[in-house]
Amino acid sequence: MTHYIPITDADRAEMLKTIGVERLTDLFEAVPTDHRFPPLRLPDPLSEPELRRELGRLERMNAHASSHMIFLGAGAYNHFVPAAVDQILRRGEFYTAYTPYQPEVSQGTLQAIFEYQSLICALTGMDVANASHYDGGTALAEAAIMAINVVRGRRKIVVAPGVNPQYRAVMRTLLQGVDVEITGDENPEASLAEVAALVDQTTAALVVQSPDFFGVLHDLRPLTTAAHAAGALMVAHFDPIALGLFQTPGEAGADIATAEGQPLGVGLSFGGPYLGIFTCRQQYVHKIAGRLVGVTRDVENRLAYVLTLRAREQDIRRERATSNICTNQGLMALAAAVYLSLVGRQGLRQVAELCYHRAHYAAAQIAQLPGYQVLDRGPFFKEFVVRTPRPVGAINAALREQGIIGGYDLSGDYPHLGDAMLLCVTEMNSRADIDALAAALRAVA
Amino acid sequence: MHNHEPPIFELSGQGKIGVNLPQIDVPQSDLPADLLRTDDLAGLPELTEPEVIRHYTRISQRNFAIDTTMVSLGSCTMKYNSKLHEEAARLPGFAAAHPLQGEELSQGALQLMYELQAYLGEISGFDAVSLQPAAGAQGELTGILVFRAYHLDRGDHERVEVLTPDSAHGTNPATAAMAGYRVVEVKSDARGNVDLEDLKRKLSPRTAALMLTNPNTLGLFEEHVVEVTRLVHEAGGLMYGDGANFNAILGIAKPGELGFDFMHYNLHKTFTTPHGGGGPGSGAVGCTAALAPFLPAPRVRRVPQTDQASPPTERGASLRPANAAPLPEGAYEFFVPEKSIGRMKTFHGNFGMLVRAWTYIRSIGAAGLRKVSETAVLNANYVQARLKHVYPAAVERTCMHETVLQGKLAMAPEVRTLDIAKRLIDYGFHPPTVYFPLIVPEALMIEPTETESKRTLDAFCDALLAIAEEAARDPEMLKRAPTTTPVRRLDEVRAARQPILRYDPAVFARLREEGLQF
Repeated sequence: MTHYIPITDADRAEMLKTIGVERLTDLFEAVPTDHRFPPLRLPDPLSEPELRRELGRLERMNAHASSHMIFLGAGAYNHFVPAAVDQILRRGEFYTAYTPYQPEVSQGTLQAIFEYQSLICALTGMDVANASHYDGGTALAEAAIMAINVVRGRRKIVVAPGVNPQYRAVMRTLLQGVDVEITGDENPEASLAEVAALVDQTTAALVVQSPDFFGVLHDLRPLTTAAHAAGALMVAHFDPIALGLFQTPGEAGADIATAEGQPLGVGLSFGGPYLGIFTCRQQYVHKIAGRLVGVTRDVENRLAYVLTLRAREQDIRRERATSNICTNQGLMALAAAVYLSLVGRQGLRQVAELCYHRAHYAAAQIAQLPGYQVLDRGPFFKEFVVRTPRPVGAINAALREQGIIGGYDLSGDYPHLGDAMLLCVTEMNSRADIDALAAALRAVA
Repeated sequence: MHNHEPPIFELSGQGKIGVNLPQIDVPQSDLPADLLRTDDLAGLPELTEPEVIRHYTRISQRNFAIDTTMVSLGSCTMKYNSKLHEEAARLPGFAAAHPLQGEELSQGALQLMYELQAYLGEISGFDAVSLQPAAGAQGELTGILVFRAYHLDRGDHERVEVLTPDSAHGTNPATAAMAGYRVVEVKSDARGNVDLEDLKRKLSPRTAALMLTNPNTLGLFEEHVVEVTRLVHEAGGLMYGDGANFNAILGIAKPGELGFDFMHYNLHKTFTTPHGGGGPGSGAVGCTAALAPFLPAPRVRRVPQTDQASPPTERGASLRPANAAPLPEGAYEFFVPEKSIGRMKTFHGNFGMLVRAWTYIRSIGAAGLRKVSETAVLNANYVQARLKHVYPAAVERTCMHETVLQGKLAMAPEVRTLDIAKRLIDYGFHPPTVYFPLIVPEALMIEPTETESKRTLDAFCDALLAIAEEAARDPEMLKRAPTTTPVRRLDEVRAARQPILRYDPAVFARLREEGLQF
């Protein structure tokens, strides 16, 4: 008996009698005898105090946002998570609930998802948001798949080189089994206008990111015009925090817009679980993947929430479904709903302003350092590119000694930039932190 | 339970805020005027922290969940979620670590991942494990893409079909289609197994794989599983194992030894990471040595002396930047398998779920895992034995961790499974899975799991037996159920016909005018 199994020896004896077998092992006669009850070579079990000690030993070997100053982003961001968010996530009624297929006993989860969808629509200016995808990368890949399904007979996706390299990799992995061409990012220096010029009569979608991987903000309206002129969809990937200040995908005219939702109250957690935000225009709602919550009424005329437009999903449509997605990131969608409710209209703007002004202060400080060059790629939000006097690996090693996690090394994904790092500044980096970073960079130059 | 809680937007009041943020402590820079949003964020609500907490706490109380009641959903493995796991995943070295901070600063996280890869491989009999896929369906897609890459790597271009049993989860055919395959359905026989004759008819040089859940969705162990895997291999196909029902066979059988080539683990089922009201999950995957080079990147290994010194399943390029100093031998590092299909998602998987699964395995060990499956199977058979004389079993056999019964009551033919499920709610239980698998009319698929006591199982069975009596006496009462919930049966057709998918003050004002209460 373990502390999770409440069946006693006496219970078991009585239950076996009811079942009509003598021994527990009799229940496993369908398993081939020569493969039955294989030994499992696993470490001996640990008591809770022992396990806590072992967990503590492992977690202390990792740097984290309290042990180090983090100036690293590149798709995962050290934003502020209010204490109230996790207190809601810790409610057993939420985190130990199943997918809300039985609406009468799932109104809590359903209302939370409906509010998440509504908050995301308000944030983005888009018409429809689904109940989530796994992360920003898979959301963007599903956007490409949806575009192929919406724009019939076109098998080409044009993607800008400024889209996060991991997202482009995910898109290529998920689409490798189907006959779709992904192009546009072969030249890492191609401008958005040059990429948009590749959109033609065979293109299903133009895929861009703003702020792009380098942190640069773009006016997407001309790109939407170009995509639509060729009969293609506009797919925009955004940063939800940037929308506290800057152009929304709705204003940009995007047909599908996706984001990594991790900045909205979801911690870094070494890369997951995160939140794939997926939105689109009303006219494409029947082609959207994943779950949707809608409003209806019960037999007593009470407002009620329910999963709806289910005929798109895998458990009903099977091989004709819009996607195979089933389990999504429901609890992370709840985190985003609580986060957006807490920060609200004013708070989101304040967070965005803190990011913007502190990032610009950091860029200005670093631009003055001998040997460093802040690349001017256009207006930026919270990330920017710095050319470094030595390889980024060596600089980051020196920063580690100062308790600083430095920027993302761009030499692997964008070798043409030479020794260059992508730095990220958020509301979590104080002026003193930024000054410490500048001093450490000066010392290592 | 509270009867009403308005949408959060209706609790908003101008000028309120629910967070305490730092002041701007740097000189302000100009904003690019042509790139600003123009609506002043008017659609977002404004609330204080106490209002937000009360709102979400109140709506949480309108859920059934494992912490409040038995959730017997078949194929979902709604077992108890340990509180220690929640503490573990929230330790700052796990919860606040950046995924790109570098292996030098992440040795603890990497060791945990490396050990979990080894544990999952050992439990399932596979040589290599990737922890990257985000959920079961993504694990399935990973497997089918790995199979595709394997066949193409051998110059085998003719395999365009994936076989799935008619009892399969919907994700199986949806996955095969997403990977570009034609789906061919295989029939089940009278004992609930794959129909061997139909399988033989459908296997061909076009067969890329058979996707099989074992125990299957009837809750039955495939009696001819070794024969099935042999036939598929003889046809040149590969065996995919859907691990949704793995909770039945921990320490009972290893899929790798039964002839499967690849499987996914639903860590959110078998290894009790919480379902979260629909996710996050984790769909880690395991496979044979022959398929290991194709697994998605990155995986974790120990730094070898040289690449050739790595075990064959751990060969490939390090993920470290070219100019970074080497890690010492024996340290943990990410690597890209030699012929990897690529990256299934960003970063390294749903790491927070990996911490919970690791903690679970370390806390109960090998004997505890076998006890889990033995008890899960015992509990399901006990429920089946107590109910099958009233609710006929889909197949009269010893079941594994779940039993599929039918809501076809001899004494109340007009009552349907849906009515029985809804009435069960009034007895305080979450309904089982209903109308699945599709091949069983009026299916009631019950998976009690090992974490329910006999007392609870008896109360659950007593409730279902009482409902059968009610059905005979007063079938209309069942049609009216549930009556004790915050809302009762819904007009689902209206929800789909006139979809309202987000809050709009005008729409909600109209609903109020129409007399809707909320």
